[in-house]
Amino acid sequence: MRWLLLKDLRILGRSPALVALLVLYPVVVSVLIGLALSAGPDKPRVAYVSLVDEDAAPLEIGGRDVDLSRYEGLLFDAIDPVDVDCDGLSDQQCRDAAVATVESGEAVAALIVPPDFTDRLGGLQSLATGGPPTVEVVYDADDPVRAQYVEDTIAAQLREANLALTTRFTETGLRYLDLIVSGGTVDVPLLEDIEILGLERAEEIVRRARPQVDAAARAELDEVIRFSELARENLDFSAPLLRAVREPIRIEQTPLRGAGTSLSAYAIAVAVAVSLMLVALLLAAGALALEREENAYARLVRGPVSRIGLLAEKSALAAVCAGLLALALLAGLELFVNLDWARFPLWLAALALAGLAFGAVGVAVGAVARDVRAASLLCVMAALPLAFLALVPSGSVSPALYDATRVVSAAFPFGPALDALDAALNGAGELLGPLAHLAGLAVVYGGLARLALTRFA
Amino acid sequence: MPAVTVAIAAEGVSKRFGERPALRDVSLAAAPGELVAIIGPNGAGKTTLLSILAGIQRPDGGTVSRPPREVGWVPQQAALYSKLTVAENLRLFARLERHGDPEAAVAEMLALTGLADRAGDRAGALSGGNRQRVNIAIGLLGRQEVLLLDEPSAALDPRQRARVWEFVLDLARRGTTVVYSTHDLGEAARHADRVVVLADGEIVFEGSPPALQAAVASDGVGERDFEEAFVAFLRERGH
Repeated sequence: MRWLLLKDLRILGRSPALVALLVLYPVVVSVLIGLALSAGPDKPRVAYVSLVDEDAAPLEIGGRDVDLSRYEGLLFDAIDPVDVDCDGLSDQQCRDAAVATVESGEAVAALIVPPDFTDRLGGLQSLATGGPPTVEVVYDADDPVRAQYVEDTIAAQLREANLALTTRFTETGLRYLDLIVSGGTVDVPLLEDIEILGLERAEEIVRRARPQVDAAARAELDEVIRFSELARENLDFSAPLLRAVREPIRIEQTPLRGAGTSLSAYAIAVAVAVSLMLVALLLAAGALALEREENAYARLVRGPVSRIGLLAEKSALAAVCAGLLALALLAGLELFVNLDWARFPLWLAALALAGLAFGAVGVAVGAVARDVRAASLLCVMAALPLAFLALVPSGSVSPALYDATRVVSAAFPFGPALDALDAALNGAGELLGPLAHLAGLAVVYGGLARLALTRFA
Repeated sequence: MPAVTVAIAAEGVSKRFGERPALRDVSLAAAPGELVAIIGPNGAGKTTLLSILAGIQRPDGGTVSRPPREVGWVPQQAALYSKLTVAENLRLFARLERHGDPEAAVAEMLALTGLADRAGDRAGALSGGNRQRVNIAIGLLGRQEVLLLDEPSAALDPRQRARVWEFVLDLARRGTTVVYSTHDLGEAARHADRVVVLADGEIVFEGSPPALQAAVASDGVGERDFEEAFVAFLRERGH
């Protein structure tokens, strides 16, 4: 088997296109994934126009100035803003210019803040008529995925701004409530400070006056005192109620399974699993099919090499090459993200068993196919849909369909390989289960390959 | 009278592919150093018989006297690796055959095939004739006493064919038993000590080439050449 393995490596070495592909593949994939992980998701290009008069009085809520530019800054962190030159333009022309950037494709959306935005926002405190302020979002829905992303990004930022402003309004309301209950001074613009008596002090005054009045008036004052007590107690309840309204639902997340791998860490496991799968499958299937293409298969198995030995050699070749490629990919990713190299022995275990399992599937395909091209085509056609099935999350399809995808995925090494790599790389979940699953699949597919050799070779 | 030594023998071999019988109760024996040609029309079962003698296929019935390891086999299409050189191909199979001295075996085969000057050339770059010589040399690496060749000169030009036959005849002179199939009846007539005619999976004639000609020469037509005799023989027997 050693000589066959060396022969295959030599033949591989004399296939420059294939070697170039095997070398370039991890480099390109690791660079692409690394850049994607380090740069974060691509920000949508959004034209932002504020038609609010910059020289107008600042927005004040509850006696404090509100810096709207802070919310603009948060928004700009989430988008790639496109400049719209509004110098010398009317509000309508400026709006049209922003919309034009969307129509021309320069921006995927335009976010327009109308001129009355701060007035309406400030008016919310005084219950002024005119309704709440509204911002306008104009977006390009040509690409549904991108449109959804833009929608989500802008909506998320506006939710954040709404929450912050709600906090401000709630604080103002609470201060007013405190004034009503305890009394104090209110700063009214253009007027002097106004002293507010408050329920507590009013009640004290009434209590002090009570002994000095006749019985009939005392009974009326008792009603005033009871009202005051009742009002204070109820207003005391209002404070926690208003705070609850500010954020009525808090979310506590409890992951049911796994250790809650981050999306970027999971993306690395997926990239490694896909690379391992493609290389191991194609190499194993191609190397076995090549024996038949070169007419050497019969010459080998009639004496020098057993059929099982031949299958084991091809699977081992595929596992070794795919494993080395996966390690190269991980080394490349180390330039962009921090990997836990202390877990290296676990990586090796996951890569070795996953490579062997994929190799076993590859030799099963190679045993059926008559030549290298047919084997390669079969591998790609079979592997990609099966890998895709393993990535279908629960809840995204009907329960019956999800159960079916789980059964199909369990019969192919991609799912357990991904679980094993996620556990080995990221410490998510247990490792032994997926490793045992992969070992079982390697044996089953090896057996199928042996049967296929008898039937088709 | 000394006992005739048998180098390889098949006894009552039969084989079916689905409902179609490929070989029916075929028995055949070849002596050391003998050249046996298996001839017959397409689909007669020549390649199936050689494959069973070589151990590539299992018969449904019957036995073969030698295990596959003791028989050299040369398939019709060259079974070697195009991306390896001539020497690398020979070395690989010498090692797989667990030859005691692979390098010596390579040197010997290169000398035997006259390809020493092409030892470093990739097999894929060789002509069809030279590829077939390497193919035969690989079949000989195990130093077996019996060599099976499936249409060894098919697709070769006359010059290449002559070179291959010179090589094979030399092996037979050295004592190797050679059993080969061919469609070229001239080759069978010229080189075989004995011809075996297969038709519809059965042996319908076994003897020397002149004996086959004699078997059909008495019908008043006059003397036929070997090919005419072969065709007439099959026609007479309804094939």
